[in-house]
Amino acid sequence: MKPEDTAILIVDDEAAVRESLCKWFQLDGYRVDTAADAVEALKKMQEQPWDIVFLDIKMPGMDGLELQRRIKQIDKGVVTIMITAFASVDTSIQALKEGAFDYVVKPIDPDDMSHLIRNAIDHRRLVTENLRLRRQIEEISSPDKIIGESQALRQVMERVAAVAETDSTVMIRGESGTGKELVARAIHSMSNRRYSPIITINCGAYTEGLLESELFGHEKGAFTGALYQRRGRLEMADKGTVFLDEIGNIGEKMQMDLLRVIETRQFTRLGGDKLLNVDFRIICATNKDLEKAVRDGTFREDLYYRLNVFSIVLPPLRERSSDIPLIAQHFMQKFAQSMNKNITEFSPEALEMLVKYEWPGNVRELRNVVERAMVTAKGRRIEADDLSFPFSSSSSDFFGDDSLEEVERKHIRNILERTNGNVAQAAQILKISRLTLYNKIEKYQLKKKEP
Amino acid sequence: MDYVYIVPVGSIRDDFWVEPLEHAVMRTFGLKTRYRRFDLDLARAYDARRGQYDSAEILRQLIAALPPDGCRVLGVADVDLFIPILTFVFGEAQLNGAGSVASLHRLHNEYYGLPRDKHLMLERLLKEALHELGHTFGLIHCHDPRCVLRSSTYVEDIDQKSAEFCEACREKVRAGVAACRRQARSAAGKTNRGNAVRSYDVPPIV
Ligand SMILES: [Zn+2]
Ligand SMILES: [Zn+2]
Repeated sequence: MKPEDTAILIVDDEAAVRESLCKWFQLDGYRVDTAADAVEALKKMQEQPWDIVFLDIKMPGMDGLELQRRIKQIDKGVVTIMITAFASVDTSIQALKEGAFDYVVKPIDPDDMSHLIRNAIDHRRLVTENLRLRRQIEEISSPDKIIGESQALRQVMERVAAVAETDSTVMIRGESGTGKELVARAIHSMSNRRYSPIITINCGAYTEGLLESELFGHEKGAFTGALYQRRGRLEMADKGTVFLDEIGNIGEKMQMDLLRVIETRQFTRLGGDKLLNVDFRIICATNKDLEKAVRDGTFREDLYYRLNVFSIVLPPLRERSSDIPLIAQHFMQKFAQSMNKNITEFSPEALEMLVKYEWPGNVRELRNVVERAMVTAKGRRIEADDLSFPFSSSSSDFFGDDSLEEVERKHIRNILERTNGNVAQAAQILKISRLTLYNKIEKYQLKKKEP
Repeated sequence: MDYVYIVPVGSIRDDFWVEPLEHAVMRTFGLKTRYRRFDLDLARAYDARRGQYDSAEILRQLIAALPPDGCRVLGVADVDLFIPILTFVFGEAQLNGAGSVASLHRLHNEYYGLPRDKHLMLERLLKEALHELGHTFGLIHCHDPRCVLRSSTYVEDIDQKSAEFCEACREKVRAGVAACRRQARSAAGKTNRGNAVRSYDVPPIV
């Protein structure tokens, strides 16, 4: 995040303090403004959003404590930092209890100030992210809104509810696109940790070294480019939940480090020697066959058992096809709103196609298909013609008035073409056994002509 | 004219640092320098409670005393400087203004209980001087770790950066100096030209 993306408001009745603090931040490139008293501060709070507010604790009229309360009423996500004289440290501690991020005692050590502001920005980012996610959870993924009524999904939700309030480590299994992250958030939001952050880390998205510093943080100078101290995600997740997505992708060293952290709940930042104690719950997810990875020796067995305390398996969409109309309807309403389109239903043919399709990409794919259809749909209804599925050269090529058998034949032919006739690969994509695929190739006479 | 005045502040001796500093300023900004002692009232900047000197007040006096042929002034002090909110500062300058000041007080190795090192101290002074003057040409802090305009809160930070502006900052310096020259030329005939540059509107900064 660039400095100019951070807006800082300084509230102090002493002009000299206000000005010097303001200029100090301006030089670093932040957007800064000042207010001389509570009235002006509250006015500025109403006018635009602020990321960080510095508050003098002693001001005529309204003190910093009261002002903080009012500021938090306007924007509960704003990060407040109290400016204090030695004499008012007690009040500052009170302010911390009421949600201040930190306090500084005048005069401030410039180095403390640099650290403080960086930490405050990190914190602000987290808070914003969290508010956004909480809204998102409320919007679509709150436990009662993970959509569907199928038996398979009901079983999943029962397990979610059962494990949520314990502090147990949870492993979520399922193909990609089945909503593993949604379930992790549901567990978090139903747990006692719901008012603390849930920190998501996609382990597959980082190189091992980066993942390490992302998780554990680092001290200044820990490696080239570590120009200042940085808190890791584990630290940020204190009292909350860490969601490790794609856990099957982490390397050997990381597996060892993680095992140690899970066992001791202690770690050090890279290049640091201070042991940090952090209270977090771990939820992890994978679409990999971890048992096989354990057998192959690429995933530590002891870590596997540590993580797999309680497992929740998400059914692929094709195994709960009775949920498809509901989910499709949900996405339709959502996109109708955001695209400002008056589309209210699927034609029976379109709906049938959605239910019959195999959904290799699961809910995520369904969402994309509905979104694309919403763009092309002309009237108030999504017709079969509006639907296009990935990999098909055109939708009519795929479906149209074709019988279900004909659709299947064409789909298998397409996949075989895509895989250059590799049956093993095609079977994997089609999510059927090789034997089944051979039978279908036989049935539809899709055998490649021998030269 | 557009001289950069280099002004000793307090009891600091006219020592070996003067010539290298003048040279560095000339080479970096392409402006001529004049080394002069101004008549300053340092007692007014002294804060007895803190035992330190208010750098804003020193800046104010430096700017007020700047002769008409000066476009910038750089005070070099040996007293401990502060601004109200911070425990200390190495220096202070006006953003886009005429005034800047730097102090040797915390640049000495002796201050940290280390053996005296004249060359190291000189190097630190040059960096801080160029840094503060950079602010007067409108530059804000730079995130390039080698750039002299990176902010430093510890003396080690000063040692880590170079005495050079990075490419991007150098470009801004060039523009700033050119603007300053234009301003000096256009104001050359006017009697009140001093006020144009020496405005108090721009609050001093670190
Ligand atoms: Zn630079
Ligand atoms: Zn600076």
